[in-house]
Amino acid sequence: MAQQTAKPALRPAPLKTGVAVDMIGVHKWYGDFHVLRDINLRVTKSERIVICGPSGSGKSTLIRCINRLEEHQQGRILVDGVELTNDLKKIDEVRRDVGMVFQHFNLFPHLTVLENLTLAPIWVRKQPKKLADEIAMNYLQRVKIPEQANKYPGQLSGGQQQRVAIARALCMNPKIMLFDEPTSALDPEMVKEVLDTMVQLAEDGMTMLVVSHEMGFARQVANRIVFMDEGQIVEANEPKAFFDNPQHERTRLFLSQILH
Amino acid sequence: MSDIATRTDAKLMEGPAFVRTMPLLPLPPPMAASGAIGWLRWNLFSGPLNIALTVVCALLIVWIVPPLFKFLVVDAVWNGAGRTDCLATPGHPEMGACWAYVFDKISFFTYGFYPIEGRWRVDLFFVLLAVGVVWMAWLNAPQRGLGAAYFFIVMPLASFLLLYGVPEVLVGIGHWPRIGWLSALLDALNHVLPRVPTTQWGGVLVTVVVASVGIVFSLPIGILLALGRRSRLPAVRLFSVIFIEFVRGVPLITVLFMASVMLPLFVPESWSPDKLLRALVGVSLFSSAYMAEVVRAGLQAIPKGQYEAAMAVGLGYWQTMRLIVLPQALKITIPNIVNTTIGLFKDTTLVFVVGIFDFLMTIEAGRADPAWATPVTSTTGYAFAAIFYLIFCYGMSRYARFVEARLAAGDRR
Repeated sequence: MAQQTAKPALRPAPLKTGVAVDMIGVHKWYGDFHVLRDINLRVTKSERIVICGPSGSGKSTLIRCINRLEEHQQGRILVDGVELTNDLKKIDEVRRDVGMVFQHFNLFPHLTVLENLTLAPIWVRKQPKKLADEIAMNYLQRVKIPEQANKYPGQLSGGQQQRVAIARALCMNPKIMLFDEPTSALDPEMVKEVLDTMVQLAEDGMTMLVVSHEMGFARQVANRIVFMDEGQIVEANEPKAFFDNPQHERTRLFLSQILH
Repeated sequence: MSDIATRTDAKLMEGPAFVRTMPLLPLPPPMAASGAIGWLRWNLFSGPLNIALTVVCALLIVWIVPPLFKFLVVDAVWNGAGRTDCLATPGHPEMGACWAYVFDKISFFTYGFYPIEGRWRVDLFFVLLAVGVVWMAWLNAPQRGLGAAYFFIVMPLASFLLLYGVPEVLVGIGHWPRIGWLSALLDALNHVLPRVPTTQWGGVLVTVVVASVGIVFSLPIGILLALGRRSRLPAVRLFSVIFIEFVRGVPLITVLFMASVMLPLFVPESWSPDKLLRALVGVSLFSSAYMAEVVRAGLQAIPKGQYEAAMAVGLGYWQTMRLIVLPQALKITIPNIVNTTIGLFKDTTLVFVVGIFDFLMTIEAGRADPAWATPVTSTTGYAFAAIFYLIFCYGMSRYARFVEARLAAGDRR
């Protein structure tokens, strides 16, 4: 009971360096298709970056390169000082420290909510089950669904599933969180509960990269908005300047189409 | 009451604006669409083709079932001591199935030539197997992980010791370093379970052994082959593909002939392993290729997002497979695994071509017994075999249907 009133504070795991993610001249091709073209992006500690752009512009590919779900073919990506190469140990190290939330939640349907949360801590971090359960319940309280702990993902609403997915990522105590269109598969009525969770996370000082078209969220939370088109970063700026005074013509066109 | 509500709202709909004033209550469906009449109309007489098929099926049933019932039950002889009891007599002019023959031969059909004083070992083996099968098949059984360990490791070893006895090699090793308790244990085991060479095994025992060894080995090997075929390592993938395609391209009989006829040509007599063992290896490898394709289908049904989520939380390849992918993939492939198992169970009859005395072979042998020579002996034997296979295969297929229904109802995705 006491825990419900005093929300457990989240302290993002400290970064070893001041730079959370450093992408230097990154290129990527799918076959002949040039998806990422000379991406240079430096994300510092506790920074919140929102990445937007038309579909097919390479936003998702960009953040998926950060935990090596996609491989880049040129340039360098450093995550808290660890460079992503073919070294599997390094990749595992990065993945342990980088949480990811997907558009389609990707919860494990054959496991209960609690098991979804404790699986990686137990098998990857080698936490004892009791401790992992405790931590998981803490995070479920943070995302406000502790009562769903023993249900299966399929029994929850989309918004609840996405909050479970966020809690699952947090259970690994990540330094950085990646969000790949976390609200675009949700019914409109459920977007807010997920965004609220993300706002809270931002307030706790988490370093976040968010691919999203939720411009309200971007305005409220982001330090920087990155606009991408055709695999390139076209414009990056603080939210106010980005929305009120977009520089590039492509940005203006995009904004005029999504802000009615 | 609900009629009124419908009418009220319908009236309101005439205007340009509409606000529902009272909620509609759910109504029962019209008579013609539900109940026994609705079912009959929809399923048996919904159209000319359906009516024709219904009539044809009804005629077929009338044509086949009564004579079959007459032969198997009405005219059948249930008690008797020899051939004369099953022959036609003036009081019993039409011969039916001679079940007395089956009852008389039932232990031969079950154990083959397994020594009579050791048949409790076979019975115990059947019990061990039944426990394992129930444990695996009962989806909510307690400790299913333990059940799998029992089914795939403990049971096969225990069954081997039980049915065969302590192999000579093991006894030799036990005596060699002269470890007192070990050789004593092996001697005691050897005494309680004297060795029964597989040439004496027969009947249902052999059929069940071949089928269950096939299943116990083909599933794990099949899973490994399926994973191998989807592996990113070219050597592993190539090996899996070649193995699967080669085995699938060769008839089981060929595999069995190869194992029992060709192998001895290449290795000296003393090296050449037991005949039953060779058949077991052949059957296991053969069905593992089929299992591999079944499992692969299940693996392909798992969405890419599951792999990505597992990778993103830092799970390695084997952890991802064991904890995330295989539990889901195997669950959806259970009906197909059972299907392959049914095929395997029936294919075990082919081991007769290499001179192994399986259940069907004992029935064949039983036909020749002059003490039971009647015109209906063969038919009765085959009918018994058919019923035996039907019960097992139908049981398995019902189980697959049950699992399918359970999964459909509890689809939690």
